[in-house]
Amino acid sequence: MNLASIQAGDELRDLYRELILDHSRHPRNFGKLDDATHTAEGINPLCGDKLRLYLRVDEQQVADARFEGSGCAISVASASLLTEIVVGQPGEVALDFARDVIGRLTGATSPRPPAAELGKIQALDGVREFPTRVKCATLAWQALNSALNRQTTAATTE
Amino acid sequence: MTQARLETDRHAPLAALREDFPALQQDIGGNGLVYLDSAASAQVPLSVIEKMAQYQSHDHANVHRGVHTLSHRATEAYEGARDKVQAFVNARSRAEIVLTSGTTEAINLVAQSYCRPLLQTGDRILITHLEHHSNIVPWQLVCEQTGAELVVAPIDEAGQVDMQEFTRLLDDNVRLVAAAHVSNALGTINPVRDIIARSHALDIPVLLDGAQGVPHLAIDVQELDCDFYAFSSHKMYGPTGVGVLYARESLLDSMPPYQGGGDMILEVTFSGTTYNELPYKFEAGTPNISGVVGLGAAVDYLQAAGMSNIAAHEAELLDYMMAQLANIDGIRLYGTASNKASVQSFMLEDVHPHDLGTILDHQGVAVRTGHHCAMPVMQYYDIPGTARASLGLYNNTADVDRLVTAIEKAKQVFA
Ligand SMILES: Cc1ncc(COP(=O)(O)O)c(C=O)c1O
Repeated sequence: MNLASIQAGDELRDLYRELILDHSRHPRNFGKLDDATHTAEGINPLCGDKLRLYLRVDEQQVADARFEGSGCAISVASASLLTEIVVGQPGEVALDFARDVIGRLTGATSPRPPAAELGKIQALDGVREFPTRVKCATLAWQALNSALNRQTTAATTE
Repeated sequence: MTQARLETDRHAPLAALREDFPALQQDIGGNGLVYLDSAASAQVPLSVIEKMAQYQSHDHANVHRGVHTLSHRATEAYEGARDKVQAFVNARSRAEIVLTSGTTEAINLVAQSYCRPLLQTGDRILITHLEHHSNIVPWQLVCEQTGAELVVAPIDEAGQVDMQEFTRLLDDNVRLVAAAHVSNALGTINPVRDIIARSHALDIPVLLDGAQGVPHLAIDVQELDCDFYAFSSHKMYGPTGVGVLYARESLLDSMPPYQGGGDMILEVTFSGTTYNELPYKFEAGTPNISGVVGLGAAVDYLQAAGMSNIAAHEAELLDYMMAQLANIDGIRLYGTASNKASVQSFMLEDVHPHDLGTILDHQGVAVRTGHHCAMPVMQYYDIPGTARASLGLYNNTADVDRLVTAIEKAKQVFA
């Protein structure tokens, strides 16, 4: 095996880490949330990812989060991680998370260690080496931002 | 000796032509580029690039305008390219070759200039289920504008138009039939002769979307007997932003202009305007001159290679690719019509096509992933999209082998 293909292999493994593959195959909190107070759709027209995020916000706190839809491994895993991370967080903090994750993955902000609750999101770091895939990873977080800001329109990555 | 053999003997072997394409001589991520996305846009040979550069460097001015030397040269180059295109598709006259910005504009031109004045409530336009969006949406628009109805002939599992249903839908209310010559998503070569014969039996004109036909098959519009034939330069090794509408002269004559502006007029006064003769009536404004010059050079290139050589080479390679792909455990092929060109769509197990595309790209293998601007085809199979490998004249069996190796690698990543 030549050097290039070894490196290529490593980058791919870094993108498709075990945690990402696991969440994409077995998405957590998948399905509709009937008593949602906030919802938003995320659409990535490039590859056809289409997710809907549901939140139930009780007294300024995210009490429940679910999502449904279809997408690539990266977008589904990212949404699945999101639902695990935001439950129990105050709405304001969840919005901060959305901003931090989007900044981290797009390279807009320097990748300092994330807040403890956001630790798992480092599993998505591999996407930074794949510019065409960053939008897949940020899609659910854009939807989170829209939902909490009560925007009724679909969030798109375009 | 058959005609095909004679041609083969006269032309350089296709294998050597790969060297003519600068973009193919590069590495992606440390591996030699394997370009299997020609159906989206083909790479451009050096002769086309140089011809366009030479035009821009020495001969550029506006066309049909000035008496000065450069304007004359530009006009000669532009009109010379039209003549090449006319000969290439064997149109009766150069008046039948309208230069557009692409297949999309050519189809919109027909929808708006031919159909819109004609259509009334109760009229129908008949298309097929395997069309590209650009052979769907222009008809939806004109139907909305006129109250006409768009009807769709279904396809079967293999990706072939159900000709029995097509015939049933083809009735006296149909004003135009529009069908792909070759499907960009599935590779199906539609039975266009049959479609045209049945439509003409009822005096219904036929538009063929030839975007994927021209690069892979020798086209003779007179022999096909189609009424409109639309295609794009960038799918046939020319530059983007240029395309062609072939149309029967009698139809073009009867149609009002598509856009108004300079070049499409003979005389303008405030009490009225006289339109220019064909094909200029349909070419408003300063055209994409260098692009058209590039298209002319691409036609030269294809003719030197020989369309029958190209078709034979690609058909053989497609058979090889389909067989190799079918051998991979967990792969499902979409588009298995008995008559196909250039394209194979597929899915690997439950791997999303976008993930598959990323892994292949990482190994230097460029395929298209997604819905290929043919969402109804994806809806038919109930899938979000496919990965699609498409062949050009420069591809070879080694490219296919690299594709297979890269897919095996994807299986490992997702194992
Ligand atoms: C079958 C078919 N029709 C139409 C088009 C549209 O061509 P263009 O985008 O060059 O106008 C394409 C190209 O994507 C195509 O493959």
